[in-house]
Amino acid sequence: MLKTYRYPKYEYRRPSELDSAASSRRPVIVVGAGPVGMAAAIDLRLHGVPVLVLDDDDTVSIGSRGVCYAKRALEIFDRLGIGDAVCSKGVSWDVGRTFFGEHEVYRFNLRPQPDHKRPGMINLQQYYLEEMLVERCKAAGVEIRWKNKVVGVQGTARDVALEVETPDGRYAIDCDWVIVADGARSPIRHMLGLDVEGKIFTDRFLIADVVMQADFPAERWFWFDPPFHRNQSVLLHKQADNVWRIDFQLGWDADPEEEKKPERVVPRIKAMLGEERPFELEWVSVYTFQCRRMQRFRHGRLLFVGDAAHQVSPFGARGANSGVQDTDNLAWKLALVLAGQAPDRLLDSYSDERVFAADENIMNSTRSTDFITPKSAASRTFRNAVLQLAGHHAFARKLVNSGRLSVPSVYAESLLNTPDVDAFAGDMVPGAPLDDAPVEIDGQPGWLLDQLGGRFRLLVYVERAGDVDARALAELKTPIPIEPVLVTAAPGARPGIRVLHDVRGRFLERFDALPGSAWLVRPDQHIAARWRQFEPGALRAALARATCNE
Amino acid sequence: MPLNLEPNFTEPGRRYFRDFSPGDDFYQLLIDAHRDLTDEQSALLNAKLVLLLANQVGDIGVIRDALLRARQEVAG
Repeated sequence: MLKTYRYPKYEYRRPSELDSAASSRRPVIVVGAGPVGMAAAIDLRLHGVPVLVLDDDDTVSIGSRGVCYAKRALEIFDRLGIGDAVCSKGVSWDVGRTFFGEHEVYRFNLRPQPDHKRPGMINLQQYYLEEMLVERCKAAGVEIRWKNKVVGVQGTARDVALEVETPDGRYAIDCDWVIVADGARSPIRHMLGLDVEGKIFTDRFLIADVVMQADFPAERWFWFDPPFHRNQSVLLHKQADNVWRIDFQLGWDADPEEEKKPERVVPRIKAMLGEERPFELEWVSVYTFQCRRMQRFRHGRLLFVGDAAHQVSPFGARGANSGVQDTDNLAWKLALVLAGQAPDRLLDSYSDERVFAADENIMNSTRSTDFITPKSAASRTFRNAVLQLAGHHAFARKLVNSGRLSVPSVYAESLLNTPDVDAFAGDMVPGAPLDDAPVEIDGQPGWLLDQLGGRFRLLVYVERAGDVDARALAELKTPIPIEPVLVTAAPGARPGIRVLHDVRGRFLERFDALPGSAWLVRPDQHIAARWRQFEPGALRAALARATCNE
Repeated sequence: MPLNLEPNFTEPGRRYFRDFSPGDDFYQLLIDAHRDLTDEQSALLNAKLVLLLANQVGDIGVIRDALLRARQEVAG
């Protein structure tokens, strides 16, 4: 049915293991070449780890599927090297509008703060994202084996043995670690008999991607009980190539096969868009969803990421976005463990931090779902009362919940954090992902986040680049290297050290900086520790804590 | 004190990183309180809740204002 997109077919190659008696061994195998699996593979490769990806298919995702990529995921894509490609192909938006019946009742802006590099959201069909990730894998030296399906898995304390099926037969392959990114139905999770617990929602939704020329602004429009689809909800989104995503709530009694037929879908869309507007149907699907997660995301040497580990309702775009944040959290930890620089219990912190994030995502997406599809008459009455009041009163507008769109978690309770000993205002607490800020490097415009990530860094705020004690920074010799970076109020340079000029004072404002303040930043751009005055002993202790080397 | 129509939910000791969180916390409490009740039981719960909160507010002028606004758009 797709008219705007041609699926690539990636070449299957006969694996060498089929022709050799000795089984081979890899440090890391990623199972599943979806967005999350490929993000994990690229990230590890950037840390110098050889990675093999196995995928049972030979193309990208069928249909547009995951559409919305949030600011935090885009910042991670920047670090992985595909941020510009995603943003230039995707449709950028910040504004969401909510309607009740005929009237607009609420409008939100995903980017309340100015001066961030990336917008609140980019809409891009999943197949484009996957294509970009496949290209990036190739350039980074990640090996992807298409049509290689994992059919057996055996984990021990020392390694994991996989049995892989190909068009030419089966082979065995061993590895130190497996990243399980094989999706919501996760065959590996089933093979290991691991449970995933949570709630199944009794409702059905129709997704229709339509191609049309329309001058609607690039905004998210959400209707409760619109005149063209009474008693249900509807969502409209713009994607690349003039493809528009329309999502109709159908109710539990709808027949998924019937509802997918064009003779059922087209009248629904005409009721919404009017009889005159020409459009073509591109892709149609009917879905249900669940909000659930595994108890732990680490099982010995198997590390579960993305939908394999946790699933949410689509309201809030918290699926793919949280999956990419899983790999952002995991890759540097696994790289340190593989290099012998951290004990493997650092990987338990991957599970702890991302289980916390999954619970937050599940909670928010469950709340949205309960608001959008009330489960009782009382719940529906409250929902409609909120929507009616929202037309008049600010307090009620805050309660309108048509999806709380993906924002990153603050790992405020993480054991990797060093608790504050000094007072700071604002939200940049230990465990928080860094806010972005515009900076100048040698007079050239840039962004704070583009200067960080991939390794530990110490940010030190000073008035002038010369204000810092050079000896103290030279003594920053730590078992895991930390690069010092100066953020300065005034422009300037300092030989041998990176200097970021806080050109608009946003860093000062967002981080509550004072001259001498210092932040230890993790490779995933989360804050590990902060001080009003930097002291080498405290820094070493904070690094040890952030890497389980205490 | 006039009727407060600005967002006003908070919980002492809790830190919120997202502006929608306190309101969503309240709303979930409210909906959870009605779980597994019949419509009639829900109506009774709501009535008791209004009485409790009205007594907490105390100021009949404020309650009169709230009642007027609540009635808007309800009866045709």
